[in-house]
Amino acid sequence: MPDVQPLVSDFVLKLKRRKVEGSHAVARQTAELLRSVVSQHRMGSSANQAAALADAVRAVGEQLIAANPIELAVGNIVRRVLHIIKEEDISSTAVGIEGLSVTVDSDDEYDREDDDRPSLSAAVLAAHARNALRAPSLQTLLEDIPVSPAISRTASSTGDSDGKSKSAGDKTSTRKLKHDVIAAIGDLIDEIDSCYEPISEQAVELIHQNEVILTLGRSRTVKEFLYAAKEKKRSFRVFVAEGAPRYQGHVLAKELVEKGVQTTVITDSAVFAMISRVNMVIVGAHAVMANGGVIAPVGMNMVALAAQRHAVPFVVVAGSHKLCPLYPHNPEVLLNELKSPSDLLDFGEFSDCMNFSTQDGSPLLNVVNPTFDYVPPKLVSLFVTDTGGHSPSYMYRLIAEYYSADDLVVRRKSTA
Amino acid sequence: MSQKKSRSRGGGGAAAAGDDHEDLARPPPLQAVLLADSFTLKFRPITLERPKVLLPLVHMPMIEYTLTWLESAGVDEAFVFCCAHSNQVKEYLEKSGWAGRAGAGSMAVTAVESHDAISAGDALRVIFERGLIHGDFVLISGDTISNMSLKDALREHMDRKKKDPLAVMTMIIKHSKPSVLTHQTRLGTDEIVMAIDPETKELLYYEDRADNSNLYVTIDKDILSNNPTLQLHNDMEDCYIDICSPEVLSLFTDNFDYQHLRRHFVKGLLVDDIMGYKIYTHELRSGYAARIDNFRSYDTVSKDIIQRWTYPMVPDVISNRNCSESRLHRQAIYKASDVTLSHSAQIGANSVVGSATSIGDHCRILNSVIGEGCTIGKNVVINGSYVWDNVVIEDGCQVSNSLVSDGVHLRAGAIVEPGCVLSFNVEVGKNALVLAHSKVSLLPQPSNEDSDEELEYADTNSGVTDSPPFSSMRSNGDQATVPSEEDESGTSETGTCGVVGYIWTSGDAGILEEWRQSIAPISKEKLEELQHAVSENDGSEDESNNPTLPDKDDSSDSAVEDDDLISKFEKEVEETFQRAMGGGVNRDNLILEINGLRLAYSLQHADCAGAVFYSVMKSALQAAQSTNDSLLKTTAEALGKWKDLLRNYTKTVDEEMEILLKFEEMCQETTKEFSPLFSKILPFLYDTEVISEDAILRWAEEKEHADESDKVFVKQSEAFIQWLKEAEEEDDEEE
Repeated sequence: MPDVQPLVSDFVLKLKRRKVEGSHAVARQTAELLRSVVSQHRMGSSANQAAALADAVRAVGEQLIAANPIELAVGNIVRRVLHIIKEEDISSTAVGIEGLSVTVDSDDEYDREDDDRPSLSAAVLAAHARNALRAPSLQTLLEDIPVSPAISRTASSTGDSDGKSKSAGDKTSTRKLKHDVIAAIGDLIDEIDSCYEPISEQAVELIHQNEVILTLGRSRTVKEFLYAAKEKKRSFRVFVAEGAPRYQGHVLAKELVEKGVQTTVITDSAVFAMISRVNMVIVGAHAVMANGGVIAPVGMNMVALAAQRHAVPFVVVAGSHKLCPLYPHNPEVLLNELKSPSDLLDFGEFSDCMNFSTQDGSPLLNVVNPTFDYVPPKLVSLFVTDTGGHSPSYMYRLIAEYYSADDLVVRRKSTA
Repeated sequence: MSQKKSRSRGGGGAAAAGDDHEDLARPPPLQAVLLADSFTLKFRPITLERPKVLLPLVHMPMIEYTLTWLESAGVDEAFVFCCAHSNQVKEYLEKSGWAGRAGAGSMAVTAVESHDAISAGDALRVIFERGLIHGDFVLISGDTISNMSLKDALREHMDRKKKDPLAVMTMIIKHSKPSVLTHQTRLGTDEIVMAIDPETKELLYYEDRADNSNLYVTIDKDILSNNPTLQLHNDMEDCYIDICSPEVLSLFTDNFDYQHLRRHFVKGLLVDDIMGYKIYTHELRSGYAARIDNFRSYDTVSKDIIQRWTYPMVPDVISNRNCSESRLHRQAIYKASDVTLSHSAQIGANSVVGSATSIGDHCRILNSVIGEGCTIGKNVVINGSYVWDNVVIEDGCQVSNSLVSDGVHLRAGAIVEPGCVLSFNVEVGKNALVLAHSKVSLLPQPSNEDSDEELEYADTNSGVTDSPPFSSMRSNGDQATVPSEEDESGTSETGTCGVVGYIWTSGDAGILEEWRQSIAPISKEKLEELQHAVSENDGSEDESNNPTLPDKDDSSDSAVEDDDLISKFEKEVEETFQRAMGGGVNRDNLILEINGLRLAYSLQHADCAGAVFYSVMKSALQAAQSTNDSLLKTTAEALGKWKDLLRNYTKTVDEEMEILLKFEEMCQETTKEFSPLFSKILPFLYDTEVISEDAILRWAEEKEHADESDKVFVKQSEAFIQWLKEAEEEDDEEE
């Protein structure tokens, strides 16, 4: 793994110096880095290949998470990759059971499932194993029925190649595991890149003719969402709260006007005054926590409270990479980042207020510039993710589909 | 690895032509010169043992901030110039992973070592000799904290250079509140006055005023005639970050007497119009930049960091060592996760506590930074202080507004007063008191300090040998249990009891200047004094508050500056005179001294006469009792005693007039005690031949046309003048 170390430390530095920010960019780059970690990982001859690979990922993931604990997307992606490794491992061992009758320890539950379909390919098995890992849900009930006959054609060929001999099979199976994991991470990257599409597809169903939408700051997901509605010839108006102190709302307003959307820019403090005229609030998120709470740009809690007061639906749009399997504890402080006060005040103008030598050494002027707000789940009406719309109380189920429960704490086994 | 890289680059640039083509194709790598030596003594005694750039600033060595910034500003290659303690700096660079790091996107750091450099000028000459710099470079010292973006400034610099190859330097400046106080109270530095062309941003004039009482700036009239518009700024802070062309280095080599970057180089360049090199400024709009020049700026910048002005260079975001992450809590309290904190201990706002530190019951920590691995006992109060790593503070200690270095041990009940600096491994005994503004070190103060030697640290072997007597009372910690009450009496031996280490006397700055650059907050009185100085500068004198200064001529604004100069001069003359009275200085020497002062203030002979007269009268007044008779007597005595001195200055009628006018002024304004005696003293002056009759008559003549109020004394002495006139007529008649 020494080859990736410079890459890793480079990315760690970038995260530390806050050079990479925003959950989308962070998620993408983390996934790419982990893909190269996996591809550079030298498979040993030890029995438990997957565990070794997972350990390597964990070791890197630990550093990345520590580099910027606020960017929850880093942890999300690391956990997703760990989950992928587990899935692929199960599917490849399942193939092993079928072709070589190698005894591999795996959970009884999965064995049972594997026995039912002995001739399926690794890909299909992976899908099954995923289902097995997921708790049964309405979506997964129907998922595999149309898929399995389509792929079963390829099943025989892969099954054959795997079953040449025991030693060769061992080698190919490890290579295959790695290959599959890399491919799956590639899928994950594609998913992150294209997460806007499935979300914005739902726009027409949510935004109706002549509605008034309110949003705060700028989120790319929200932008794509509104674009999609506009493209479908919906006519609606948008109120954009400017999102002090970063004023990303100004940027969004410009972009919306370019697309021909009726846009009104308001100050953050005018949100309550305007909310009675609004039909729906649509906002982006920094992260969605396991309890359905949202970490979002500062000012969002106020918007959510205003929306609740006037019974306006509060809709959060977020890609699945923003789903965080952690429960928020003291999120206002611990899941927040205080930025430089220079966003708020000009240092030169206020330099005389920061005269520490004139009082007893304690500054009279303090400036607090938090980045995020925590919106409790009860204020959120609907989450729109790439898998559809969900209520806050459903988030933990959704999260269970993407992550394994034992990866919640990303830490190397040896140190733990 | 980076060293190799830089060397190969250096060789290529000098010789190979192939390199040049490459350079044309893509921009040359941005280089930076980081001076890891401040070439001053301001952080002594700590800097005797550790270089300034490695001193921890909120848990991180200063150089770490500078290097981090350079890297994030897009610098490709940095040369760290180290001089004193170069081994420590190099070791740090190795250990922290700066040196020898390679790869795309990361900055190569190379240490450049030279032991005989004693100034920034020398350092740059060494850099030039080694041929390390090939293009434009960022010049910064290792104690500068910034998070600004260099992009705009760099682009401006490059554009300008394309148009005008003589634009060799871009100075980064920052707006600050236009108050004289701010410079002093924030960073402990002097006010800077700059003249900038508002159109081109060219720097036309630069002056860091050492003295706030200087109320004027002198600008060459060529500057005014050559530039139709110019803005005079006193609201700018110099960030000490410069973008320089390679010519700067050769300029330093050409002018081998350039030592100081600002004092010599910038001023030299501005004055020199033969070569026509120009310096431009770039005003920092957003972002933070400050240089740590002294202990006060150390304090201020630390607090700015804690208040997150330097984001992302804040304690919870960057940490160089592999220690546990420190987290930010409400009210700007940063705590490492493995701090052992007693339930009853109280940590106030704006504090930082490092990892593996334990804090006992009922402690109070306010506005302070506590390092790593410290052990703090019970009932300790730490206020506004900087406690570095592995410090042991026992029960009941009090530390306020001080700096406590690594390994210091404060035994139970010790009190550290504001403004102290305890250097490495100093021990303070039980119940001992460390007096305000004292600097304590295990190393004795070097005695051979030359004022013009600007080494950051004299090497520790020389200068240690004969330590002055005050520092010789090294006492053992065991016997150092002298009650602290005694200590308060003085700065001499008793004050140092209970301290293992040498207590340094204040340097050449003098004890009066201590408060300017220490961590301790400025006392109310000093602030008022400063404030007063400021308000005086504004021209709004408050007479009732300031009785000691002679009143100023309200009628003419232009005289205000002049008056101030004279009053200062008078004060000095008076002091000299009083010394002469007390110590019996030879009269000739006194004259010499006063003449020297006159030259220093570039004043007229007449002013001198007035001042001396003023001093004589003042001395008489002090000696006198309250009654008029005794005053007259002492005045007569004084005049008799000093008549020779006065006569020395009254060579012409003009000077005699000056004395008369001065006397009149005194009677009217400052020392009204003399006013009833005017007419009685005047004949005496005549008798002692200090003032001739010509002068008196001319004075009377001049006053004839003056206001009624001015004529009071003329009237008072009418009889005498009449007598003089008659005497003159008689003389005429006789002839």
